[in-house]
Amino acid sequence: MKHHTVTKGFTHQNQKHDSAVKQVTGRAEYTDDIAEPAGTLHAYLGVSDVAHAKLNGIDLSKVRDADGVVAVLTADDIPGANDISPTGRNDEPVFPTEKIEFHGQPLFAVIAETRDAARRAAELAEVDCDVLPHAIDPVSARDAGMPLITEPLKLERGDIDKGFATAQNRIKGQVTVGGQDHMYLEGHIAFAVPGEDEDVVVHCSTQHPSEAQHMVAHVLGVPSNAVVVNVRRMGGGFGGKESQMNLFCAVAAIGAKKLGRPVKIRPDRDQDMTATGKRHDFVIDYDIGFDNDGRIEAVSGEFAARCGYSSDLSGPVTDRALFHADNAYFYPHVRLTSRPQKTNTVSNTAFRGFGGPQGVIAAERMIEEIAFALDKDPLDVRKANFYGDGTDGRNLTPYHQSVDDNIIGRVVEELEESSDYRARREGIRAFNAKGGILRRGIALTPVKFGISFTATHYNQAGALIHVYNDGSIHLNHGGTEMGQGLNTKVAQVVAEAFQVDFNRIKITKTTTEKVPNTSATAASSGSDLNGMAALNAAEQIKARLVSFAAESRGVSEDAVSFGPTGISIGTDVVPFDKLVKEAYMARVHLSATGFYKTPDIHWDRAAGKGRPFYYYAYGAACSEVTIDTLTGEYRVERADILHDVGRSLNPALDKGQVEGAFIQGMGWLTTEELWWDDEGRLRTHAPSTYKIPLASDRPREFNVKLADWSENREMTIKRSKAVGEPPFMLGISVFEALSMAVASVADYRICPRLEAPATPERVLLAVERLKAGA
Amino acid sequence: MTHQTAIRFLLNGEEKTLTDVKATQTLLDYLRIEQRLTGTKEGCAEGDCGACTVLVGRLYNGALRYETVNACIRFLASLNGCHIVTIEHLSGPNGRLHPVQEAMVEHHGSQCGFCTPGFVMSLYALWMEKPQPTETEVETALQGNLCRCTGYEPIIKAALAVNEYGTPAHDYLNAERENLLAQLGALQPEGRIETGPADDRAILPHTTEDLAQVLADNPKATIVAGSTDVGLWVTKFMRPISPVVFVNHLEDLKAIETTEDALSIGAGVTYSECEAAISAAFPHLEEYWNRIAGWQVRNMGTIGGNIANGSPIGDTPPVLISLGAEVTLQSTKGRRTLPLEAFFIDYGKQDRAPEEFVASIRIPLPSEGQIDAAYKVSKRRDEDISAVAAGFSVVVENGKITSVNLAFGGMAATPKRAAKAEAALVGNRWCSEAFEHAADAIAEDFTPLSDWRASADYRARVAGNLLRRFYLEHDNSQGSDADMPVRLAV
Repeated sequence: MKHHTVTKGFTHQNQKHDSAVKQVTGRAEYTDDIAEPAGTLHAYLGVSDVAHAKLNGIDLSKVRDADGVVAVLTADDIPGANDISPTGRNDEPVFPTEKIEFHGQPLFAVIAETRDAARRAAELAEVDCDVLPHAIDPVSARDAGMPLITEPLKLERGDIDKGFATAQNRIKGQVTVGGQDHMYLEGHIAFAVPGEDEDVVVHCSTQHPSEAQHMVAHVLGVPSNAVVVNVRRMGGGFGGKESQMNLFCAVAAIGAKKLGRPVKIRPDRDQDMTATGKRHDFVIDYDIGFDNDGRIEAVSGEFAARCGYSSDLSGPVTDRALFHADNAYFYPHVRLTSRPQKTNTVSNTAFRGFGGPQGVIAAERMIEEIAFALDKDPLDVRKANFYGDGTDGRNLTPYHQSVDDNIIGRVVEELEESSDYRARREGIRAFNAKGGILRRGIALTPVKFGISFTATHYNQAGALIHVYNDGSIHLNHGGTEMGQGLNTKVAQVVAEAFQVDFNRIKITKTTTEKVPNTSATAASSGSDLNGMAALNAAEQIKARLVSFAAESRGVSEDAVSFGPTGISIGTDVVPFDKLVKEAYMARVHLSATGFYKTPDIHWDRAAGKGRPFYYYAYGAACSEVTIDTLTGEYRVERADILHDVGRSLNPALDKGQVEGAFIQGMGWLTTEELWWDDEGRLRTHAPSTYKIPLASDRPREFNVKLADWSENREMTIKRSKAVGEPPFMLGISVFEALSMAVASVADYRICPRLEAPATPERVLLAVERLKAGA
Repeated sequence: MTHQTAIRFLLNGEEKTLTDVKATQTLLDYLRIEQRLTGTKEGCAEGDCGACTVLVGRLYNGALRYETVNACIRFLASLNGCHIVTIEHLSGPNGRLHPVQEAMVEHHGSQCGFCTPGFVMSLYALWMEKPQPTETEVETALQGNLCRCTGYEPIIKAALAVNEYGTPAHDYLNAERENLLAQLGALQPEGRIETGPADDRAILPHTTEDLAQVLADNPKATIVAGSTDVGLWVTKFMRPISPVVFVNHLEDLKAIETTEDALSIGAGVTYSECEAAISAAFPHLEEYWNRIAGWQVRNMGTIGGNIANGSPIGDTPPVLISLGAEVTLQSTKGRRTLPLEAFFIDYGKQDRAPEEFVASIRIPLPSEGQIDAAYKVSKRRDEDISAVAAGFSVVVENGKITSVNLAFGGMAATPKRAAKAEAALVGNRWCSEAFEHAADAIAEDFTPLSDWRASADYRARVAGNLLRRFYLEHDNSQGSDADMPVRLAV
């Protein structure tokens, strides 16, 4: 029998996830587990079965007459604005009134006594519409003359024409990168309980409670102070619950206020996947000029994205693709443009990396092109193009921010050695030279990822700490818990501040009642922002306690310090509870709100210049694969990862983020395929048809290490770095390794130009194309 | 005639008797909505994510057998006489964590936690069966559980370490086995059970003879064995299926017999139940069998269901057809036997009269000189529906191919043999040219469809390439080269 070690649970320690015991026993409560008050009703969405049409009307009589139906909600039932667009562009109605813009678009909601009754009734509507032509991918939509969904971005530096003119080599190409469904295990859900006057409380699964609050207020036509949004935890988010919950929260709240009864809405998995947005697919046209040593001279790229029918977050997502189209490489002359293309599909949204991964894919494809053109090891091409150290004039990004914290060289060199990349590559080439059915490939790819919301005003956070007079501590902050361990990390920060045991701190649900105007828990920013805000609150209370302790014992404040056994006051050591009790009796204020805003960042989008990122996180992965050239099937033999999280707040949780992100990134580029039919209907809409990685898809050998020597040079919380998104792009090493394995069938003479996701089918077809010499 | 109208079972530590159970009432909704046992989650409602995994204990050959199942597609009425064990029942009465739970906590095996109860239940079942599993056994046990957060690494480490936190001997289900066996024994029905409202009726026949009678009386009934497909008709398509005749409890549909020349398997035998017998008789099917769905579905789904269902992409028909299997159907009028390939007439159409049911399948054992292979190609290795599945059976005598059976799934509207490819081989010498011709002939045999699993082009190429693989794998003329395998390692 093993014993739990007693830990104080301070930072830089492997504190366990605060909900771990509840999760393994089934006692962790998710929104659908909350006990329903008597009279709770259930809503379900009725959706369109065409991709594009003029909407003439909907006959809902059969729906209303169905068993158990209490009400049907249409656009006419919305008391406030029929709009849930997260960026205020007013292009995303709760329910459309004039046109249908994608297959599966919600048109109305049924409210019934049971979820089953609502679901059955929702099928009975008769939609009167005139079908219009549709275009579902960015290329055919552009060809059909469909508009951009939001303003494109251009990043430019240097003189691109001159760069190409003087380059010794030039290659143009195109890469198609598929989208990705979030496939959080807990789907969307919202549960609204009406209150008195205009009030409503919404329990839901969202990364952005403040936005849900503002949207509910907006559709109800009430001030935000009438709406409370609560999130205890999510069963996964990954960006899919940053804006996509708006619809469900709105419907539940409208129903609850209209009927005066609690209303819950939970779509089934198929509806969740068809009616909510995903990662943007991209078609990227690139043009590179480079010298005979493989050094890039000039890059131009156009990034067209399938944005769907509304803007949602497509503006910032396509922006971030451009911000990461350099990955870790210096482009002397560069011009990058985005094409956020409107399409007749569900509106795509945030997903871990937020466009960044698609930018990085483009950079890595260009590296590949150069390597094949010059018959070089792609790793040598990568290294030749890394950003410099600030002394060589090679550290300016396409958005004119200088890379001042560059550690990619050291990360890659350490991994190159620990993974034994060179020797394995030689061995693999020798194996492939025998010309067998199975071919192997290895690739080592870097990642550099910019940390901060590019919408600068989002880089703020609040926290609230109460110390009760028994010495127990209540912690609240604006971030949400979706599995990443944010609450655990923030509690570690607070435990360390007060030098108290982790278990003394009660972590509570995120609620708009306690911390207002929060930002989405997104952009990997959760602990950077909320950790600092909580620390700020803790420091305020500490200062009051120090002041009280000094005064009460007649010592100077310098003589007071917090330690693990209590507060040292002169020569005394007073237990935390005792000092708190005394402070309370002396009427010391034991509650504080904390606040933080990221310093030194600014961004001028029109000019394409600024410092959008506070710092960068770095990492590298080396993956080896075997492919079967008869079927295109493959297996990941080994992956080695070295990843930078600065001084980790919690190495165990950070390692979990790195491992999970790698597998999710690998899934995006391998087996996860979104497939629409000619009618514009998504046919991969549940785990039976949409295949995320399983345990047996893990690399057969998986070595994951944090760069424990790294420390954030900026004043982040305990010098840590963000971890949510950056390691997602480590999965690209698997994609590149597959490409190398495919290339072997044509003796590495041809760049395989593999498309993503590299399903067994795409691998086989690439193999056969290369064998045919194309 | 009066029948028992109540469904009786054990739920964790409590005996339940329910009357008027709707045939389409799922176990998951019963647990979550009616019993408020909310530890069991709904992730997909189609048996593909495992968040709803619970254990079902049942009497099997006189012993008590516990297996993981997907509560989302399991119907409550099919659980008469069973013991349902949910996540809430794992930690002891004093709230102490179960060894599986403790291992998961210690190894940081949960992040968002939503899939976690399902993983814990799968690992619990594995630990009871194999307290010290290999990594491959853990992966096999987790084929039906999706996690989107962890990347699985910490869960695998936890699974390999469970035994450090406690041994199965002290586990409740083992310690109480005799009592539980007696309790379940007392819940076994005396005769037929009929329950549920007229429009959602469930019938549990007492024997196969009774089943034949039920079907004669209710020719429009839906026969449900493992509910791994019919479950989706209900949860996904809300299709009315009443009356439903459950057959999964019928012991006399569960016979497995090996004779001198054949292996016979009752239609109600699950994939898991016949795994050992199949692997023993047909070693080439061992790996293939483990790639049928995930563990939960293999514990529920039956070989009879996979056949009767008639799907063109079922995993077992191609490999059974290639082995020359026969299917026996039964009704009140008697039994009849036909070659399995003849059973599949067209898409959605099988040679089964409404009052008939699939009773058993008979698979001839390999003859001298027979070379068999089974292949499944899918987007994801495990728990995926095949893009192409194939069973090949070739008899070679004195270097000459004397008999050929090449059956494919995913290539046509039914599981189907490749007649032209067969013709290209039979009578020829065993040589690569013959197989090249056969592979080319596939294009004339089939016009496959394009869908989300694969394009027609890919299916056609792969089908031909599988024949090339078959040749390479079984060709001894070049001498074998262990350094140059022709198939990915498991």
